[in-house]
Amino acid sequence: MTPERTSHTFIVLVEDLPGALNRVVSLFRRRVVNIDSLTVGRTERSGVSRITLVVRADANAARLLEANLYKLVDVIEVRDVTAEPVVVREMAFVKLGAQFRGEVMQMCDVFRARVVDLGPASITVESTGSQDKIDGLIEALKPFGIVELVRTGAVAIARGPISPEVQT
Amino acid sequence: MALQLETEPKHAEEDAPSPRRTGAQLLWEALVREGVEVVFGYPGGAIMPAYDAMPAYPIRHVLVRHEQGASHMADGYARASGKVGVAVATSGPGATNLVTGIATAMLDSSPVVCITGQVASPGLGTDAFQEIDTTGITLPITKHNYLVTKAADIPATIREAFHVARSGRPGPVLVDITKDAQQAAVESVQLSPPHRPRNGKRRSVRTEMLDKAAELIDGAKRPVILAGHGVMMAGATRALRELAERSDIPVAQTLLGLGGFPATHPLSLGMMGMHGEAWVNFAVQQSDLLVALGMRFDDRVTGNTKTFAVGAKKIHAEIDPSEIDKTVKVDVALVGDVAVTLEELLSRVKPRDRGPWRKHIAGLKGEAAVRDIVSLPDDGRLYAAHVMHDLWRLTKGNALVVTDVGQHQMWEAQYYRHDHPRKLITSGGLGTMGFALPAAMGARFAFPDDEIWVIAGDGGFQMTAAELSTCAQEGLKLNVAVINNGYLGMVRQWQQFFYGGRYIATPLKSPDFVKLAEAHGLCGLRVDRRADLPNAVEKARAERGTVIIDFRVEAEDSVYPMVPAAADLHDMIRRPSPIEETPYDS
Repeated sequence: MTPERTSHTFIVLVEDLPGALNRVVSLFRRRVVNIDSLTVGRTERSGVSRITLVVRADANAARLLEANLYKLVDVIEVRDVTAEPVVVREMAFVKLGAQFRGEVMQMCDVFRARVVDLGPASITVESTGSQDKIDGLIEALKPFGIVELVRTGAVAIARGPISPEVQT
Repeated sequence: MALQLETEPKHAEEDAPSPRRTGAQLLWEALVREGVEVVFGYPGGAIMPAYDAMPAYPIRHVLVRHEQGASHMADGYARASGKVGVAVATSGPGATNLVTGIATAMLDSSPVVCITGQVASPGLGTDAFQEIDTTGITLPITKHNYLVTKAADIPATIREAFHVARSGRPGPVLVDITKDAQQAAVESVQLSPPHRPRNGKRRSVRTEMLDKAAELIDGAKRPVILAGHGVMMAGATRALRELAERSDIPVAQTLLGLGGFPATHPLSLGMMGMHGEAWVNFAVQQSDLLVALGMRFDDRVTGNTKTFAVGAKKIHAEIDPSEIDKTVKVDVALVGDVAVTLEELLSRVKPRDRGPWRKHIAGLKGEAAVRDIVSLPDDGRLYAAHVMHDLWRLTKGNALVVTDVGQHQMWEAQYYRHDHPRKLITSGGLGTMGFALPAAMGARFAFPDDEIWVIAGDGGFQMTAAELSTCAQEGLKLNVAVINNGYLGMVRQWQQFFYGGRYIATPLKSPDFVKLAEAHGLCGLRVDRRADLPNAVEKARAERGTVIIDFRVEAEDSVYPMVPAAADLHDMIRRPSPIEETPYDS
């Protein structure tokens, strides 16, 4: 009986230093855990980067990953927000050929996506939303011939006033 | 880490106005500030500026013969002293040669700081001569590492490196310093106390968890304490003894935990695990409560985790939260300093007398004693177990013993009974052959006057035997017992048990160890009968310099009992009983 593996979303605050991301990622690689998505960027504090990381793991493995992340000296704060009230969003660009531009634009209306580039030979669509919504948009656009697709991976933020503490 | 905190240097009296200094000078100043008295190293192009500046500082340098020796020596020094050991090497091959020693320190939580030279910063990433990604290579085998490219960053980096190495669960730290950072001269540097590692969400052990643990301890009928390395690192040996005595709980130890509880204490069971004595493993399997202290349920300790002590509730006191529920699910987790946790438990548990449980275990012991090789009559042959037992008697159990990896390591753990902490140094987690000789050399600097015995097999000894010339050059006194059976014995034993007796690549031809000693200007002795052992040991102890004793032991002896890898802990291969005459033959 193997424990159920579910999707876990971690918010990891790290020092904005060369190699910090490598240390975080290496910890997953070593345990043969595939990272579903990873986003990194600066935060409201200088010198602090924020990683949103999504993996599939069972509950105990997720707890151990969190405990191991804490052991990294460059890591400031870790939260497994999977079970918490959070807003999770991801962004995607989808480029298609121009022949179905009418239909594509209609689809964009339905999914509240935006056209960001339009030329004689191509149309490019931008969409922000939950993973499900982006999956849905991509499914809907497939019949019109997707030429290129890029997704950012998830970013997450807790609802309400509480934020991860940054201790210095 | 109560003991170690006391040795942390004061960071007070710095930043007096001073002239410009080079990065190399700042490095040695920083090491002196951390209390470093000896470093183990090997020079080379990218670390030459540091070496050039070294003589101005009160630090002894030990020139090793291979950088692996340097990292093992720093590790041995750290384990013996409880202070941070330091190794120095150049870039490229110098750094890569350190790797085995760094990994050894990582797996056994030993506080080591490695300083490596790196090519000048414009050469980084260009495949310059002797340029290699040292921080990349050592990332997974260090607690943390640094690449320093500016002289001004050196003091704060060294300070933080030492702090990281010795705080919390200790471990190795590497500082890679570019040649231009060593050469550049800078004004005096401001230093503030290190703010990392952060305490993070350092949870203090929760009261209700302690209450729960005490309740389980008080209520248990068949409890066993499992004591690990962490007990000694936390300076909790006295508290462990008090708990065992007040609650009347037998104590089993991990390999690295030996010495954390006196082996001659009536409540001491000895080592558990793959080569633990049968009564220890039976006691663990039959227990109704395990109190695990500063240990990590290694697979060599538990055997098959699915059948490990299934009838026992489990309490786990451990400083590293990532060890909780890692391999064995526990009922009560007490995350924090083991010494503090034990004090808290002591104030809660009630005195107990568990006579029936002790009697039961004593019965298990009696059964095993029949098979004990020490009970075998002297048949003229030399058994390694006899060597360990006799060494223990002749040194009155007081020597600092440094073992290598393999059969002799297990025999030492079984037959040399350690009553005091930090008197056994061995590579447990990584199982690094070649560890013993250099680690003992490092330990010598921590204890200039103690009797030190290196015990190594003929295989492992040859891996780092080049350090004998370091021994001779530095005038270090060690007694080296080579347990010579002409095989890579532990692998041979596995081949005998699990690979149809096909001894592939395990028969081993060695040099004449007596002549090898003499070639280094050292004394060499040979023993092939048990009767000659006391004389040789006496001679070795009397000799001023390092002595090698070549013990020609029984070639195809095996370590018993043995729990095959991943088998159930109670499913042991036992030494064939001299009475039953039922040799193991499956």
